[in-house]
Amino acid sequence: MNEEILTMHNISKNYGGVHALRSVDFSIKKGEVHCLVGENGSGKSTLIKIISGVVQPEKGAEIIINHKKENYLTPIKSIQKGIQVIYQDLSVFPNLTIGENIFMNYYAKGSIRWVDWKNIKNVARETIKKVKVNLDFNETVGSLSIADRQLVAICRAIATNAQLIIMDEPTSSLARHEIDALFSVIQQLRNAGITVLFVSHKLDEVMEISERVTVLRDGSKVGLFKRTEIDDKKLSYLMTGKEFVQEKLSEKVENRKALLEVKNLSKKNEYEDINFKLHQGEILGIVGMIGSGRTELAFSLFGMNPPNHGQILLEGKQVHFKSNESAIEAGIGYVPEDRIDQGLIMEQTIKNNATVTIFEKLLNHLKMIDKKKQQSTAQHWINTLSIRTSNIENPVKTLSGGNQQKIVLSKWLATNPKILILDSPTVGVDIAAKNSLYQIMRELSQRNIGIILISDEVPEILYNCHYILLMRKGRIVETFQPEEVTEKELNDKIIGDGQDE
Amino acid sequence: MSKMFKKFEFFLFLVIVALIVFFAFSTENFFTLENLLDLLISYSFLGIMAAGMLVVLISGGIDLSFTAIATVAQYIMAIVIINYSGNLFSAFLVAGIIGIVLGGTNALLIYYLKAPAMIITIATLNLFYGFTIFITRGRWIYNFPDWFNQSHNVFSFTAADGTYYGIPLPVILLVLVFILTYIILKYTILGRKIFAMGGNIEAARRAGFNILGLTIFVYSYIGFLSGIGSVGQVLILHSVQPNAIVGRELEVIAATVLGGASLAGGAGSVLGTAMGVALLAIVWNGLIIMGVSSYWHKLIIGLIIICSVGINAYNRKRNALGGN
Repeated sequence: MNEEILTMHNISKNYGGVHALRSVDFSIKKGEVHCLVGENGSGKSTLIKIISGVVQPEKGAEIIINHKKENYLTPIKSIQKGIQVIYQDLSVFPNLTIGENIFMNYYAKGSIRWVDWKNIKNVARETIKKVKVNLDFNETVGSLSIADRQLVAICRAIATNAQLIIMDEPTSSLARHEIDALFSVIQQLRNAGITVLFVSHKLDEVMEISERVTVLRDGSKVGLFKRTEIDDKKLSYLMTGKEFVQEKLSEKVENRKALLEVKNLSKKNEYEDINFKLHQGEILGIVGMIGSGRTELAFSLFGMNPPNHGQILLEGKQVHFKSNESAIEAGIGYVPEDRIDQGLIMEQTIKNNATVTIFEKLLNHLKMIDKKKQQSTAQHWINTLSIRTSNIENPVKTLSGGNQQKIVLSKWLATNPKILILDSPTVGVDIAAKNSLYQIMRELSQRNIGIILISDEVPEILYNCHYILLMRKGRIVETFQPEEVTEKELNDKIIGDGQDE
Repeated sequence: MSKMFKKFEFFLFLVIVALIVFFAFSTENFFTLENLLDLLISYSFLGIMAAGMLVVLISGGIDLSFTAIATVAQYIMAIVIINYSGNLFSAFLVAGIIGIVLGGTNALLIYYLKAPAMIITIATLNLFYGFTIFITRGRWIYNFPDWFNQSHNVFSFTAADGTYYGIPLPVILLVLVFILTYIILKYTILGRKIFAMGGNIEAARRAGFNILGLTIFVYSYIGFLSGIGSVGQVLILHSVQPNAIVGRELEVIAATVLGGASLAGGAGSVLGTAMGVALLAIVWNGLIIMGVSSYWHKLIIGLIIICSVGINAYNRKRNALGGN
């Protein structure tokens, strides 16, 4: 079992003057689940690109695959050596059937000219059986959930006898129960003798799935560890070089003024009989699986999904939001789960994105946007939230995930809101940026802004909220203060009996 | 392909049957062998180009220059035939090669300039067409040799009342083109790669597909079909005119989209395209026979396209929702 499927020595890569990788040594044993972890920009992606032949390392590098030295690795060669990468955006063909998607790598080989539909079905059936998943090969991939598309991508990778499967951040858009399903597939792959390289920055997942972990930081290898040698805290320290202290919030907020009160709120087929209060400076966590009604509820509070019954009281006065415009006017901000599609205009400048909510306030007497005012407002928030950018005229897509999320936050803070709803604000954001977002949340809470935090991540909720609501199947089934539960207990409660879904 | 398309094609089929019944009962001359054959002949050229458009749309591209390619091919073919004689085969050969060369040019420009296909082909539409008009000064060409102008029929027969019927070459060409396109799309790896490319070009690139090669094939194919289709059209009209084809791009695209092809790429079928062309042809012809003012024709065609695209989009959405 100690045979190495891949060994790399002295791997360096420079982009211009930037050292993306500095003489990294890296090796994977046959049949293991190996994790490659590091913050954004640590060199993980560059290393994967070198393994898959997309990028060439600098001189002096040595790559050995199955005991054979490879002098020049191209994408085709890498595939021929049995290496398959499952990219974050999955690379599936939504318009084709599952069967054809699984068969796709045979098309690429170029040795066949005619389609044998029967053969496609057979290969697809065999592959699906091997991974022990439940997929119908006649179905069109476009109608599948992200999690199922991922399974299709995995099936496709192993259909051509892949020996090493590299999964690049495979869990970034999956719900917890889907992650569990993915992990059991990884176990299946392992049982079938396939090596898996799991690339991630999510500590809990790394701790759960890996046998060995290679940690990268700023392009250098920090070390190679057995899972048993490390824990979350140590791993977080190794990745960032910093220690983050997590303390639960302990102030009591019940006696403060209520900003928002929700009474018997119901919406057919979405949520039922919701009651809670949000106080000044309170951070209220809402947890629950996808489909528990939490996002729908948030949309209702933001005026985008009118409820059927019940009341919403804002500072004691009942409100009926007809649209999100009236909710914004009343002082509510909403940071959506999907910042790329719903939160930002990716091609537009940082400046425009940061001020898009307050264009009306920036008008001069000619009803044109006052450039100076816009500039100074944008700059103010960029400084306040310490967003790292060289130029606020750059398109927002040039920023990292964490900084993009801060821009979404800043555009709502610019409206001077009383209440902020944050839906999964740290998805796809690395640890350091995450902690700075948590810091910002605490500061906002000090300024008496009420925050509703919706999240899948248990520690995030546990260490950043004053009060926690647990939703299941459209209802609030339990409420607690953070000190009443541990991470494990909260996790178990969230999954609850929801696994049958 | 999938149940969804079959459903949509079935719907199209019903509409066509309904229209035929409607026109058959409301006019005397619509449902006659003569009229239907005429219809088939005059729309065969559109159908051949629509087959090419189908392949381009499936690949995720678009071509607006194919009518100009057809015109260029017609002129060069005519000049060659008139000055150097030759036979029918050489006429098709010349036009086909011109089509492939010009289509290939489109593909190279699209691939290397990385500009949207729509912009590139609007440019080459003007380029190809303008150049042809400049060289030929927009002259009409009539003086084809006799062997060219005689009727080229296959399976000809004389009916009991003495009327002569035959299946003209352009119609045979149409059928062959549809069969060829069907086989390419359904049973060759090439065709499946074109579908894949239209579905997700980035994924196709990562899978190691030769995107340049596929692009060249797709645009050369519509060029080739426009070329040979244009010869078929000359066989019917016995003349080459500068403005007989250019300007009908949108009709062809409309027929293809009507048949279920998506402008976003990755979807469409030969059967659907055939029915799209048929639907357009039947409505047009039926309205003329009914004596409906030509002002109404475009309006009605426009409405049909909107309804069809709407129903297709609705089906797709329902399918996507049902899938989860």
